[in-house]
Amino acid sequence: MSKVRVLVGTHKGAFVLTSDGKRQNWEVTGPHFAGWEVYHLKGSPADPNRIYCAPSTGWHGQVIQRSDDGGKSWEPVGSKFAYEGTPGTHQWYDGTPHPYEFKRVWHLEPSLTDPDTVYAGVEDAAIFASTDGGKNWAEFSALREHDTAKGWQPGAGGLCLHTILLDPGNPQRIFIAISAAGAFRTDDGGKSWKPINRGLRSQYIPDPNAEVGHCVHHIAMSSQRPGVLFMQKHWDVMRSDDAGDNWREVSGNLPTDFGFAIDVHAHEPETIYVVPIKSDSEHFPLDGQLRVYRSRSGGNEWEPLTKGLPQSNCFVNVLRDAMAVDTMDDCGIYFGTTGGQVYASADAGDSWAPIVRDLPAVLSVEVQTLA
Amino acid sequence: MLPAHLRNLARVGAEVAVEAAAPATIDSTLDALEARYPVLCGTIRDHDTLQRRAFIRYFACEEDLSHQPADTPLPEPVLAGREPLIVLGAIAGG
Repeated sequence: MSKVRVLVGTHKGAFVLTSDGKRQNWEVTGPHFAGWEVYHLKGSPADPNRIYCAPSTGWHGQVIQRSDDGGKSWEPVGSKFAYEGTPGTHQWYDGTPHPYEFKRVWHLEPSLTDPDTVYAGVEDAAIFASTDGGKNWAEFSALREHDTAKGWQPGAGGLCLHTILLDPGNPQRIFIAISAAGAFRTDDGGKSWKPINRGLRSQYIPDPNAEVGHCVHHIAMSSQRPGVLFMQKHWDVMRSDDAGDNWREVSGNLPTDFGFAIDVHAHEPETIYVVPIKSDSEHFPLDGQLRVYRSRSGGNEWEPLTKGLPQSNCFVNVLRDAMAVDTMDDCGIYFGTTGGQVYASADAGDSWAPIVRDLPAVLSVEVQTLA
Repeated sequence: MLPAHLRNLARVGAEVAVEAAAPATIDSTLDALEARYPVLCGTIRDHDTLQRRAFIRYFACEEDLSHQPADTPLPEPVLAGREPLIVLGAIAGG
């Protein structure tokens, strides 16, 4: 029978939650790397026992840990993320040039086919890759050297490259997103990058339709239809049917279209999920009611999913990398909160139950479906 | 002596003995430490500049050596092995 393994990164360590295919009874292990901030950990699709993890602390900086046994044991691998050449500058909050400085890894994206290859999205914004299991890292510097890069400004969380999507049908194509520069795509394996922000409209920047400068919070893609992308922007939920060349808003009847997390059903590419958050200044659900919204039409028409979720006095946030889906026949949906709960639904969102309630603030959630 | 996070990372006890090249300084001691435990590279000093990370402090013989030039010889009791060089995670962040 299939198993599910949920990988949870928190403010104070990583946790591994496992269950059989019913997804009712869970075994919890952790904290791994107790006391370290784990922005993200993710398993290799090519070898599920291979998991990459990115713990960091303000005192000691970034390390990368790797497991080859499904998260039971870990070995530190390479932690040197050196920008290629002279790093140059980006724009600081006050508009002045600010030197690029490596701060931390926000996202690790293992290759779809090679367990030894993994990509890292970092702050200050850049993408690195390792082809030796995380021991050595090299930057795809063409992104940071893009013509627009000198004008990129950090979002409130820093100038972070937080989203990496690998196209299963085209190994040369990678999508990334940076706060607050926007979304970019390479079609040549990282040698060149183009902004893909046409159609995004952001009222809080001088030119609302600018080529870059949009605060993209997260992008999701169905592996069955890699050309179709769904985006949770600072405000607005967006959709692209042409690999990001053009976007259109699909916020529809959402009660608020601010939020961070977004994901796509594993088997229904028109079924998408978001967690609406009240506003950019109030990072919690509307009216203290934690509600996932589901659209079965690829956006615009949304329904609230509330069964099993707190509907009063709930003031947590759900961060951009803290939602994931499994690939069981009955698609499971998972998300973690800044209040330390990880909720699971084994019926595509119709009903929810907490796997754990009292972890440190959850920064990321990933799921592995195991044979 | 190492802070808890680094003990866990390097899988060592609180106190580690290393032989530094003469004249033993903070930098040559940390060079020897990192050569023996490469996983500590970048966790005490920057990978490239070898500058002390912002929230790390060096103490020995009840003195804060953090702001001394990194090529200053270590105090004699440390060289003699009677006192430790303490690498400390500064109290910061609440």
